[in-house]
Amino acid sequence: MLTAEEIQEIETEAGHYPKREAVCIDALRIVQRHRGWVSDDSVHDIAEHLGMSDTDVDSIATFYNLIFRKPVGRHVVMVCDSVSCWIMDYDRVKKHLHERLGIEYGQTTSDERFTMLPIVCLGCCDHAPAMMVDRDLHSDLDPQKIDSALEKYK
Amino acid sequence: MTGNFDKPLTERMHSDGSVVDLQAYEQAGGYQAIRKVLRTGMTPMEVTEEVKNSNLRGRGGAGFQTGLKWSFVPRGKDIPNPTYLIVNADEMEPGTFKDRLLMERDPHQLIEGAMVAGFAIEADIGYIFLRGEYTLAAERLARAIAEAYEHHYLGENVFGSGYSLELHLHISGGRYICGDETGLLNALEGKRANPRSKPPFPPSVGLFGKPTVVNNVETICCVPHIINRGAEWFKGLGRTRDGGTKLFGASGKVKRPGLWELPMGTTVREILEEYAGGMRDGVKFRGLLPGGASTDFLVEEHLDLPMDFSSLDKAGSRMGTGTMIVLDDQTCPVGMTWNLTHFFAQESCGFCTPCWSGLGWAERILKSMEEGHGQPGDLDKLAFQTKMWAPGHTYCALAPGAAEPVQSALKYFHDDFERHISEHRCPWR
Repeated sequence: MLTAEEIQEIETEAGHYPKREAVCIDALRIVQRHRGWVSDDSVHDIAEHLGMSDTDVDSIATFYNLIFRKPVGRHVVMVCDSVSCWIMDYDRVKKHLHERLGIEYGQTTSDERFTMLPIVCLGCCDHAPAMMVDRDLHSDLDPQKIDSALEKYK
Repeated sequence: MTGNFDKPLTERMHSDGSVVDLQAYEQAGGYQAIRKVLRTGMTPMEVTEEVKNSNLRGRGGAGFQTGLKWSFVPRGKDIPNPTYLIVNADEMEPGTFKDRLLMERDPHQLIEGAMVAGFAIEADIGYIFLRGEYTLAAERLARAIAEAYEHHYLGENVFGSGYSLELHLHISGGRYICGDETGLLNALEGKRANPRSKPPFPPSVGLFGKPTVVNNVETICCVPHIINRGAEWFKGLGRTRDGGTKLFGASGKVKRPGLWELPMGTTVREILEEYAGGMRDGVKFRGLLPGGASTDFLVEEHLDLPMDFSSLDKAGSRMGTGTMIVLDDQTCPVGMTWNLTHFFAQESCGFCTPCWSGLGWAERILKSMEEGHGQPGDLDKLAFQTKMWAPGHTYCALAPGAAEPVQSALKYFHDDFERHISEHRCPWR
């Protein structure tokens, strides 16, 4: 079931478009913001609310990489693997995060604190290498900066 | 480093990185262009003509004439309603970080540009299509749009002129393909962001089937200044035929990576050596992608070329987004080409066969080369694949863009590719 708050937020966005289905991506984002990810039940609830089929909504949910169709940890670490960061020793950043968190891309730490994912260019190329944790950008990364950045996310 | 030239796009920005709010924007002469348009009774066609005369070319990478694009929109009372203006703020071209600055630091400049552009194409509704990772830009744009509504600069009957524009911020769910003009339209309609067949082109059949113009952030930000100070002034800002200033950037192992607003036509060498400070100590220059991942490598012989659309086209590359990615001698060109091809293969929307099939194939060849398993004949296979990605074989420009760094890497770094195969290893590892 979508909550009243979720429905209200979806309806506010829906007012920006002439067709109801157009708000589908916003609806997925809204539900994910409240619940951390988009479950099969949420796909069904959004579909029902917008008058779409579950399959249609899922085909959209699985297309967009910022929509998570699996549970994630309390914080999502997204590591830029695009070209400028790669030149500036992305491999060291990735290796340090793997060792520090003990997980590969797509995995979640056993305490459910962090999920780690690769991400395309974050537009922070003059301060490469970079990563995002939740909504925050972290740049000019080295192992020390990564460690101190992660401390903030409990 | 400051040059003795106008910097209309960045001159109002605060050096501490804080946002120029509505009051500060107006004190610096903001919202005068839209007032001029509405109060002096300029017609939409006159605004379009002024922008056409300024020779403003699209700053998203393709360099299409902005005024010409606007002139394709059907006008008058009998056209399908509404008309849409879309600001493409889906900055995802690897190595590109220019629109983020414009949105985070001076969002009202973008809003005013959208108002003027919207007036010129007689738009009723505008959307700013923003990538999901740009969270600070999202907060600041949302706040600025709210400020503009509070002051009745947006909405019904702007400045009592009878002109109305609704402007909405759409936050994307991800994927590079949304930056493609028609992929973006599908994403905004809530669908998968597959590109559409063209023609019809968006100015006649666009968002929800209605007339639509899609312009890049930096392009739109130029518009108020063209109206305020005139097409001739704007043309005169550039050193070459392509008018205006441009946000140029540099990343990679240069001394001072960064972003600078400079006259269009500033040479590659000036940007690389004077603004970016040259290469870091201990590394040597080998080449650069002049404007993002989907542009052809330039090498030493090209450094004195002016950075503008026409000059780099002639040199067999493209200015693209104008933010260069620099390759040094301590970095493997094959590895870099693999990284770029990995990006394009991953971001293919899966719609056209040469793209979804060919990019993955090329990526596997490059990966095997990097890991010491390259085979004789691999370079021919790569060259063959890139021919399959040529314009006209696919619906959008993703695969043609992916071909550019690969083809030019094979040309300029051929010996490095050969060494990977003959030595069965990456010499940089």
